[in-house]
Amino acid sequence: MATDLPHPVQGPTAKEKKYDRQLRLWGATGQMALEDSHILLINSGPGVVGLETLKNLVLPGVGHFTIQDSSVVSEADLGVNFFLEDEHLGGFRAEHTCNLLKELNPDVQGSFVSEPVETFLAHADALYPYTLILVTAPIRPELLAKVSAYADAALIPLFYIHSVGFYSHFSIHLPPAFPIVDTHPSPETTTDLRLLKPWPELVQYAAEKTKALDNMAADDHGHVPYIALLLQYLEEWKASHDGEVPKNYKEKTSFRDLVSKAARTNNAEGGEENFDEAVAAVLKSLNPPEPNTSVKDIFREKEGLTISKGSASFWVITHAIGLFYTKHGVLPVPGSVPDMKARSADYIELQNVYKSKARKDFAEVLESVRVLERNANRSTPIEEKDVEAFCKNAAHIKLVRGRPFHVVQASETVKWGDRAKSIAQELTFPDSLVPLYIAFLAFDEFVATHDKDGLGGAPKVPGESDLEGDSEKVTGIAYKILNDLLKEAASTPDDDDLDTAKTRLGEFVQEIVRAGGGELHNIAALTGGLVSQEVIKVITEQYIPVDNTCIFDGVKSKSAVIRV
Amino acid sequence: MAAADVQTSPEQGRARWKYLDTILNRPGPFTDPEWVPGEPQIESVSRSKVLVIGAGGLGCEILKNLALSGFKDIHVIDMDTIDVSNLNRQFLFRHADVGKYKAEVAAKFVEKRVKGVKITPYCGKIQDKDEEYYMQFALIVCGLDSIEARRWINATLVGMVDNENPDSLKPLIDGGTEGFKGQARVIFPTMTSCIECQLDMHAPRAAVPLCTLATIPRQPQHCIEWAHIIAWEEERKDITLDNDDPEHITWLFQKALKRAQEFNIPGVTYSMTQGVVKNIIPAIASTNAIVAASCCNEAFKIVSNTNPFLGYPGMDNYMMYTGDESVYTYTFGHQKKPDCPVCSEEQLARPLQVNPNLTLEEFLTGLAERPEAQLKKPSIRSEEKSLYYQFPPDLQEQTRPNLSKKLNELVSDGEEVAITDPAFPLQFKYKLVFQK
Ligand SMILES: [Zn+2]
Repeated sequence: MATDLPHPVQGPTAKEKKYDRQLRLWGATGQMALEDSHILLINSGPGVVGLETLKNLVLPGVGHFTIQDSSVVSEADLGVNFFLEDEHLGGFRAEHTCNLLKELNPDVQGSFVSEPVETFLAHADALYPYTLILVTAPIRPELLAKVSAYADAALIPLFYIHSVGFYSHFSIHLPPAFPIVDTHPSPETTTDLRLLKPWPELVQYAAEKTKALDNMAADDHGHVPYIALLLQYLEEWKASHDGEVPKNYKEKTSFRDLVSKAARTNNAEGGEENFDEAVAAVLKSLNPPEPNTSVKDIFREKEGLTISKGSASFWVITHAIGLFYTKHGVLPVPGSVPDMKARSADYIELQNVYKSKARKDFAEVLESVRVLERNANRSTPIEEKDVEAFCKNAAHIKLVRGRPFHVVQASETVKWGDRAKSIAQELTFPDSLVPLYIAFLAFDEFVATHDKDGLGGAPKVPGESDLEGDSEKVTGIAYKILNDLLKEAASTPDDDDLDTAKTRLGEFVQEIVRAGGGELHNIAALTGGLVSQEVIKVITEQYIPVDNTCIFDGVKSKSAVIRV
Repeated sequence: MAAADVQTSPEQGRARWKYLDTILNRPGPFTDPEWVPGEPQIESVSRSKVLVIGAGGLGCEILKNLALSGFKDIHVIDMDTIDVSNLNRQFLFRHADVGKYKAEVAAKFVEKRVKGVKITPYCGKIQDKDEEYYMQFALIVCGLDSIEARRWINATLVGMVDNENPDSLKPLIDGGTEGFKGQARVIFPTMTSCIECQLDMHAPRAAVPLCTLATIPRQPQHCIEWAHIIAWEEERKDITLDNDDPEHITWLFQKALKRAQEFNIPGVTYSMTQGVVKNIIPAIASTNAIVAASCCNEAFKIVSNTNPFLGYPGMDNYMMYTGDESVYTYTFGHQKKPDCPVCSEEQLARPLQVNPNLTLEEFLTGLAERPEAQLKKPSIRSEEKSLYYQFPPDLQEQTRPNLSKKLNELVSDGEEVAITDPAFPLQFKYKLVFQK
């Protein structure tokens, strides 16, 4: 790989050029995952939010999308939907929206189904081709339940979306274990220098670089890497503190003073940059390298305890890293070093000290992985690069426990299960959007109990014609859902709080019914942005997805994420 | 074509606006009790002339959203032409459009798709236009990637406010994105916190010192910056560096790679070279969709009063968005700064802590990086005299010797200075306070 001559430049490919701005976020592996996916949209209502979602997925190059929509293009579609034109009036909405979306990116395949959702879902294996499903409200509850049951069994991510007037909501049903290794934590949180638990090579490096520090020439003194400085002054501190490192805030600040006073000030700048860096790093770097609780919890999850032939790679590596942690009390060293004032050679040497340690830790984890694989008779070994990436980001891995969202059925009480207590509590917070979520559940219950033609055909949405009557009905339903929640949570909020929550719930319902089931393009576009972003995270298994419900209030321009 | 559509009877003409009209025709729980639904609101939205600044990632979305919110008279300004790397999010452009003006292509596309909307493009700079031009709009929506252009339009709109004439107050709605993050904010010039008041929320990245680039590079980016700033100047001075010329980028990449190998620095790639040299900010369709739609939602509410909007005095005016870890928005009221050089009434001088031993040149260079100033071509005068002027040439000649003098030789502790920069139609007043 390494040669003395510069590589002949290939330059980026046409695809790399087109996708340059996104490849800088999710890289080639993320892009491949997108291109391997096939997304189904089950569209209904005005149908804007689903298409705006697809737009933001077609542009970055999702592999294939399919639109199921049995509506015929009406005049009202043309004023709210960007992917239809006048000449499409009277045609199938699925077909024309599919064609105009396909224009956005010749590398994406698009298909459409214009048969009604009832018969579409009745085909055996109707949902089999898809790797992710989007459903927009309104939809009959028995159909949504059917898709939800499929997603549950096939471990396919399912999104359910409302966009009504100024409000929107979406819930994500992920598989019961959805782990993410590549969470892209912010760079400030990832620096893990192990200053309180240095290994021999690092200690030696620091000693060498700080040898005869006090007698160094000015230019040398100003270029000692701050990591070496901190390690050296920690030794001095320990010598006068029974071998203990500074532990609490007070000790850390006096340690910081010690470092600060050691800087030379008899120069033009009146100080030294490397010492400034050392001083600035004291409070955030002198912490024991303890993984946070959510990561330690992952080591204790049931899937990782015993490794079998069928265990997902994530659990095999988790188990191996768990063994590493038990043995050493720390996670593998990630190996990156922030930039700092230093001479080139000293910095590269320091970088190599961290990198070799990271490689050594990785080798130990890899060895455990191989043992686990042998013991479980696993045939295909996990790729080394996956183990390496895991070791690098071990402190920031994430596990989302996916679960089904509410499918509101006529004459069935909405159940909250283990979330009842916490949701009931959140309900009464002054800015809580839980009441808005309940308003959407009430909207769904209205849909579940009203048909357009009374024959179980197209769902009827509240506010289409009878604003006041429907408002009253939906408010009644919403209050019942709220009361059932409080009952299930065995919660009795104080009267004022409850009154406020009910007033707010009533207002949310009124505003929803005001729209008569209509979409405002802005809210649909905004929500399509949010949903597509979450779809990308779920498909690429990068970044951290919403767990599991997101609500947007376009009146106040505020959002909330709740787990239901 | 468009004229024929407008001719149709009102009822026929509004059939496609069924969902929008439902909202415009019905009061909601949060509409003002005085609000009159129906015709006046429909008129207000249809007749308001709006200006969109930028036809890029945000601009494409904004044009689509405004057209589908019932706005009929939209103007758009953008000086750029379409590049292939725009196509992953700027959905009004196709491969065949590469090289054409963004404003023109975008306007044509939306006019064709949404019948009855008129979009007037201007392919040029916002600075080409004067107050009279900006005065014709009901509001301005900005989707820009340049802080400078934002500051310019902000200062211009603040300067236009005439307390005798309510029409002179033009709401400015501004969106910005970077990767999975972004913000949407509403400014009512002189009434609410302005772009300049909020400048320190968008601090520029600290530049790497020249001496690091020249003598002790440590990161691949240092090698690229060295090739960009130093090597090119030394070896290809006669050729103007064109960031879009692949031969130029390739040359910089190979230079950087060679330097990196000399110092054993890993990680220089072509893509990184491009990123550093062009200062590329990652951009995706989803974030643009979110931020642009939030801006247009506010624009629609302001014009139709269908619901309360951001920027109403005393209310929230800023929505911050982060989408990499779950979905998070923080919506708050950013406070107007009493010493804002643009919108404060008295034009108070802002205190600025300075090291008195800095030379004037070091101080002026530093102004580019100070989050609250970010001035790149400053000219400066004290209460007594001109300290340094970038032009005219004779004044520059005359004041140049001051550049190497220390601040404490030129001004006294606590003295006020006035700084101007050709990028902005205003002067910044600072009170230089010496660090002890
Ligand atoms: Zn201001």
